[in-house]
Amino acid sequence: MIILWTDSLIFLLVLVSIASFFYVLHKPQWQRPLEKIVRNKTGMLSLLVLLFFISIGLLDSLHFKSNQSNSHEIISVLDYCADTIKSHSEKTYSAPFATHLYSKEIILGDNGSKHWAHPRLVYGGAHLQHPESEYKKDIALKTFIGFAKSSLIFVLIGAVCFATARFMDKTIVLNSVGKALLLLTFVLFTSSYTLIYLSSYYHVMGTDKVGEDVFYQAIKSIRTGLVIGFLTTLVMLPLAIVFGIMAGFFRGWVDDIIAYIYTTLNSIPSVLLIAASILMVQVYVANHPDSFTNPLLRADMRLLFLCLILGVTSWTGLCRSLRAETLKLREMEYVQAAQALGVKRAMILYRHILPNVMHIVLISVVLDFSSLVLAEAVLSYINIGVDPTTYSWGNMINNARLEMAREPIVWWSLTASFLFMFSLVLAANLFADCVSDAFDPRRSRT
Amino acid sequence: MTKKIIFILLAVLLKGCNISQLNNPYPQSSTEQSILYSAFSEQPKHLDPAIAYSEDEYKFIAQVYEPPFQYHYLKRPYQLVPLTARKMPTVQYLNALRQPLGVDANDKDIAFTDYIIDIKPGIKYQPHPALATNSNGNFLYHHLTKSDSANINTLSDFSQTGTRELIAQDYVYQIKRLADPKNQSPIAELMKQYIVGFDEFGKQRATQPNTSLNNVSMSGVTAVSRYQYRIRIKGKYPQFKYWLAMLFFAPMPWEADAFYSQPSFSDKNITLDWFPIGTGAYLLAENNPNKRMVLKRNPNFHQEYYPQEGDVDDKKQGLLKDAGKKLPFIDQEVYSLEKESIPYWNKFLQGYYDTSIIVSDSFDQAVQISGTGGAFLTPSMQKKGIQLETSVTASIKYLGFNMLDSVVGGNSESARKLRLAISIAIDYEEYISIFLNGRAIAAQGVLPPGIYGAGDSNSNINHYVYNGKNQRKSIQEARQLLAEAGYTNGIDPKTNEALTLYFDTAGAGIDNRSLMNWYRKQLEKLGVNLVIRSSDYNRFQEKVRTGNAQLFIWGWNADYPDPENFFFLLYGGNAKVKFGGENGVNYQNPKFDRLFEQMRNMDDSPKRYEIIQQMQELVRHDAPWAFGVHPKNFNLSHSWYHNLKPNLMANNQLKYTRIDPIARLYKRTTWNKAVLWPLWVILALLILILMPIVQAYRRRLQATLK
Amino acid sequence: MIYYIIHRFLYAFPLLMGVNILTFVLFFVVNSPDDMARMQLGQKHITQQAINIWKQQHGYDLPLIWNEKADNPIAETIFYQKSVHLFVFDFGISDSGRNIGADIKQRMWPSLAVALPSLVIGLFVNISLALMIVLFRNTYLEHLGIMLCVMLMSISGLFYIIGGQFLLSKILLLVPISGFDSGVNGIKFLILPVLIAVISGIGSGVRWYRTLFLEEVEKDYVRTARAKGLSETQVLFKHILKNAMLPILTGIVVILPLLFMGSLLTESFFSIPGLGSYTIDAINRQDFAIVRSMVFLGSVLYIIGLLLTDISYTLVDPRVRLS
Repeated sequence: MIILWTDSLIFLLVLVSIASFFYVLHKPQWQRPLEKIVRNKTGMLSLLVLLFFISIGLLDSLHFKSNQSNSHEIISVLDYCADTIKSHSEKTYSAPFATHLYSKEIILGDNGSKHWAHPRLVYGGAHLQHPESEYKKDIALKTFIGFAKSSLIFVLIGAVCFATARFMDKTIVLNSVGKALLLLTFVLFTSSYTLIYLSSYYHVMGTDKVGEDVFYQAIKSIRTGLVIGFLTTLVMLPLAIVFGIMAGFFRGWVDDIIAYIYTTLNSIPSVLLIAASILMVQVYVANHPDSFTNPLLRADMRLLFLCLILGVTSWTGLCRSLRAETLKLREMEYVQAAQALGVKRAMILYRHILPNVMHIVLISVVLDFSSLVLAEAVLSYINIGVDPTTYSWGNMINNARLEMAREPIVWWSLTASFLFMFSLVLAANLFADCVSDAFDPRRSRT
Repeated sequence: MTKKIIFILLAVLLKGCNISQLNNPYPQSSTEQSILYSAFSEQPKHLDPAIAYSEDEYKFIAQVYEPPFQYHYLKRPYQLVPLTARKMPTVQYLNALRQPLGVDANDKDIAFTDYIIDIKPGIKYQPHPALATNSNGNFLYHHLTKSDSANINTLSDFSQTGTRELIAQDYVYQIKRLADPKNQSPIAELMKQYIVGFDEFGKQRATQPNTSLNNVSMSGVTAVSRYQYRIRIKGKYPQFKYWLAMLFFAPMPWEADAFYSQPSFSDKNITLDWFPIGTGAYLLAENNPNKRMVLKRNPNFHQEYYPQEGDVDDKKQGLLKDAGKKLPFIDQEVYSLEKESIPYWNKFLQGYYDTSIIVSDSFDQAVQISGTGGAFLTPSMQKKGIQLETSVTASIKYLGFNMLDSVVGGNSESARKLRLAISIAIDYEEYISIFLNGRAIAAQGVLPPGIYGAGDSNSNINHYVYNGKNQRKSIQEARQLLAEAGYTNGIDPKTNEALTLYFDTAGAGIDNRSLMNWYRKQLEKLGVNLVIRSSDYNRFQEKVRTGNAQLFIWGWNADYPDPENFFFLLYGGNAKVKFGGENGVNYQNPKFDRLFEQMRNMDDSPKRYEIIQQMQELVRHDAPWAFGVHPKNFNLSHSWYHNLKPNLMANNQLKYTRIDPIARLYKRTTWNKAVLWPLWVILALLILILMPIVQAYRRRLQATLK
Repeated sequence: MIYYIIHRFLYAFPLLMGVNILTFVLFFVVNSPDDMARMQLGQKHITQQAINIWKQQHGYDLPLIWNEKADNPIAETIFYQKSVHLFVFDFGISDSGRNIGADIKQRMWPSLAVALPSLVIGLFVNISLALMIVLFRNTYLEHLGIMLCVMLMSISGLFYIIGGQFLLSKILLLVPISGFDSGVNGIKFLILPVLIAVISGIGSGVRWYRTLFLEEVEKDYVRTARAKGLSETQVLFKHILKNAMLPILTGIVVILPLLFMGSLLTESFFSIPGLGSYTIDAINRQDFAIVRSMVFLGSVLYIIGLLLTDISYTLVDPRVRLS
């Protein structure tokens, strides 16, 4: 078991979020919004998609040293599960579900003659004898088998659940949200099962320039996207909360200093700040080659720093809104009363202010998440994003945009990264909408 | 009824959609002129011939500046011919007492060599404000006050220009500029070793940087008369003549320095580094490295004619059609900045660039490789009339083993076998097909084909790595070598784990990850673990400089077509760590060094060829490099582009190029018919969507009114 | 009022000083001047002497912040020479030898030529769409519109550019793929970048204006207006739009100066010679002098934007007290 820096922070984050979930669960001011979220169909569906992504990301965050070969590579649980896909690498480009390479090559015939044609793939559709005639039927068949198998499993699990419920004398009644959730779970489960099943026979999303499976790349990129989206908030939250509340509560010179700090940081174009910091990390790593012999460690370091620096550039917005909210809160009667009674300031901040600004924090976290995932792609384009060896959608796009100039065009890398990124960001955006609706005081009145 | 009208309208519009060249990036007025369009992807950093040293820069200034000699445009192997000189230089050997020796003098006696160069009289500089004089012969713009130059933002803001005759003194002046430490010429270090008085001159300049170069003399370089000058070099160095064909030795009028050194100019980027002044066929008319560079025909260009003779095939290829015609053919060349390869390639296909190199991603579209390995164009390209020219460059990309390293380095037999095993395992044929689409050939030794001594493809085979032509030894043989080296199955006996090697690279590029994965896979075949240490370019260089790298990729582009320019990369006296030279792997073999010293001063002869073969054999045996690849250039050009013949040494092809603008106009028009119907479809869709909205809106309006 | 403006103006100095110190620390902790020299000089035949000369020519041969040997130990340092000179907009020369100030002057106009139309057209499109959605609030059209906006928002800007270039230039041959020209000739180059900028901005823009309008809709004066018998459209255009214009315009003022900085992505994809592509090139070439200048310029423009916002607030809304 090996714990990378980002891994440990991810698990810390998971713990923190679980703890804070239970913390707010019984707070009266959170009851109604939470109920609203639970009742919102779009919100719950997108949350399910998010959780699906998150569980893949978590699987990819449990690292250990592989003892399969003598290379002692560090791999994750996800790598372990997807070992077949990972090892099925071809020579170069092949289209989704292809049985032949995308480009032509000189092929040596049996009798020593050479001709110019598309060679067969090593893994994709390798089980077929006559790919031209069989492969359409085979794909349809394999898809059906995968779907049937997974549906069966799903139904079985469902049946077991119902049976246990019946056994314990409880009936499960689903409302419309529950039904939709069940349906989506079914779709997610069967489609991912089918895809995994298919991908041991075919490259379901094709292969890239060096023949690596694009589906595998896209899945591996999930973790990077999530790390950037969530760890950054872990960095920025303490800064924003502490500074924002302090500035709003104490006012005076504390406010001035904090305002100075965030205006200064805000005024530097964030891309340039990120560029400078990433260059710094590169130099640090280059000067300490012995601490980073493993490329994975080095890439991880860079990812962590990217989160740090993104956090530094993005805390100012939240800080400002927290300050404004605190300014309002401190004029509230109960805060005034507590002050008059001589309650310690720290106590007031912790008891009265903090719980009442937490919804702003939550909204900003979910809102920032999607923009951070999108920002990663742009930064990778300028070569100041994650390490080029890290799997990320940004790197995939960056590699693939040159492929658009090819003829015939190589579209699958771009499409795969687009689909994955789009579904994650869309889910995050919809959930963010749902959360901010739920906490909107004006809406709660009606 | 309304539907019918819409349909009729659509039909009319579709017929009228025959609009062409909406996407023309150039002004319509310029379409029929003899203007060549091409692109540059890297901004030039220096346009000063004393400093410029890269392809991106030579592209421009090679058309403007003229050294005394040039390479014959058509003849191969490369051959020097006079450009501004009247004839090839007279070479005079001298002994230590500076007394002349005969042509066949013994190498040991030769202490100095004189190169005497005669230039043609009557050659004139391009019109330039630095040379503008008034009726009294005083320079108009050499002593401008601040208010004079207030309205000057670029060179074309000067109303007056002038010219003068090219004289031998200008060549001498430029060599002084090379020595001047202020200019930081990249070849200054090298020339110190050769040109007499060069080093002293540089030191003297360092103490008095502000005097005019005219007032300081360099002992080895003198103008004998108005049209003749002499360069004295130490010892014998036959390759020096090639330097005289490089832009470093182009003439520079002293007036240019005086003009550009005026204090208010540097704030406006008006410097010699940005605005060249030369005698060549073109002058740089517009200089905006952020957008485009424009070369225009130099009205003062001297008489030069298209070569009358060429190689055997040249006549057949139509390269001699213009023989004897006056150069140049094209009036103007427009280079646009094009950073992204997608737009570059697409504009070429649309006919808006006249030539293009092929990047890996557009390769499949353009080129097919035939069964015999030759490249030819795809049918769609042939239909467009595009022409393809390929040539192996005079360069090599290799994987270096640091010879000072304790594992892969050293002269021990086990280290040598390890290196050979790796050389076999790294399948450069696969590398070429994956990463370069066949745009390279696997190197068999130090010398690329076409360089003297490389031999033909049948004799030039590295039999330590290959069994025969194009047949790499099997991985079993590599494993066998590895076992003999003491690493059976790749296991390091010291640790009982897989042998770990370190690969240093300076990579942030896009392709880098797949490339590194590929290298890792190659060594995995041997069971050897390859750890990639990537860093920025500076750190990488530092590692090589201090000898801390183990495996690394490095490349070399020849300065001139002579084997000496390749073998010196392995000469012990150039070792990187010890002497700071170009021998990055720190290879040191006394026998090789002795042969090198012998070979470098020889003229081409069977004996020299013999020595070169011995050196190749030594290097192949010791394997300090895994000889990587010699990249190939693939040049595409449109059918209206004539007289293209790849010349890897010369950069002044522009004056030989001819284009047919009428043919170009015709093709551009037919290729660029805009497709407008999707626009109408979108419009129709919008209307369809809007209609229910408008209805809903009306309903709503009525509802509120109620 | 004037006192207030002067006050705000003076406040800019400590801000800029902070920016300067921060960037200085970042850049000179990262790379030593030796590294920069080696980077810029290229790879063939480099000697320590050449590096020293380069450092001297570019002013990197001084100590970082304290020069013991000089008469004026603060002035003759890299920090003073490189950072403090920025305050008078003396950007010096780039590491590759060009004058930065001249380049900036030349390159800010193309940036503006793309950014300004994008802003104006985008504003128009976003506001009209937002008004439409507000008009149809609580109908299926609103849901559809918002859903579309969220989807547009969830697509990375890179896809808009790659897709747009592919479709309009490569397939339909309607506009040049990339390039730039000044004057009337330049219009055909601007169509695509502006179009892409507008479309990629629709998602977040429409949602933002929608919330602004919705806030107004619920205010009392709107109810009164409606009670007076004004139709929905009249209410929307006469009252809501008019009142919402204030926050919209003051929101724009802050980004106006930053338009000069250009867009990094658009400019480099369409090879527009603006400041955005200038910055990217500098980052890729590790030309620190340019990056430093751009950081400073960006900060100055941002601070000017803040200042303008403050002023415009006081101009449009006299109730805002100046303190």
